[in-house]
Amino acid sequence: MKLPRGVTEGVARDLVLELPTDIQSIDRAVDFVMSRCTSCEVQARRLNLNFRVGLTEALSNAMLYGNAHDPSKNVVVEISMNDGHLKATVKDQGSGFDPGSVPDPTRPENLMRPCGRGLFLMRQLLDEVWYNDRGNEVTLVLRLDSGGAFEGGAEA
Amino acid sequence: MSFQVSKSGDVSLVEVEGQLIVGNRQELKQQVLEQLEGGDRKFVIDFANTGYIDSSGLGVLVSLSKKIREQGGELRLSSLNEDLRTLFELTKLDTLFRITDNKAQALEGF
Repeated sequence: MKLPRGVTEGVARDLVLELPTDIQSIDRAVDFVMSRCTSCEVQARRLNLNFRVGLTEALSNAMLYGNAHDPSKNVVVEISMNDGHLKATVKDQGSGFDPGSVPDPTRPENLMRPCGRGLFLMRQLLDEVWYNDRGNEVTLVLRLDSGGAFEGGAEA
Repeated sequence: MSFQVSKSGDVSLVEVEGQLIVGNRQELKQQVLEQLEGGDRKFVIDFANTGYIDSSGLGVLVSLSKKIREQGGELRLSSLNEDLRTLFELTKLDTLFRITDNKAQALEGF
């Protein structure tokens, strides 16, 4: 069987994690995912900055806002590499939200707000970011053949 | 994450080691707020040994800066690596803080 581009034998192409709603688990989970992605062809910086930040923010949002800190609810993360893409899907058990309702945190009137930057960073750093209709599942895509470290910029 | 707190004249220097993220941001916030309540007004937070700050960590820095300013003080940041600088630039928080290349520059003339 031919392995997808950028994947070496012995490296998992698909990974599924189910995490409890515990913000202390985020760092460890992201480290684990990153350790499984080291063999892909994404430049190290795009992987370690763009993808790491995007995944961390998606998990934070899922636990803090989606599941509203409820420890009885879980977050499911699916990582896959195919067709020249590294893709992460993060799904919470909340009622969902409207991503279009999040104000631009870089506007002068929002600059002093302590929150509201997670979705912005995801959109800046990943090539594609989209939500399901309910708004409780976000998909992040980093193209394996993209250029510089910050050439993300998903449509808002 | 851990941090070391020291004083240089009347400036409080907080050196962060490790990532400032959603899981630990409150520890740093509590530390700085306690010093603010104790009368300190000049703060430098140094990130020479920090690889990554997430949006919650950025939010805590914004919140601290606001509270310190309200008391007539200032929070400066130093030693951001290239990735951290990028995060500050993307979010335009580089316009909110005085950011220096190293802690010595931050302390200079404070």
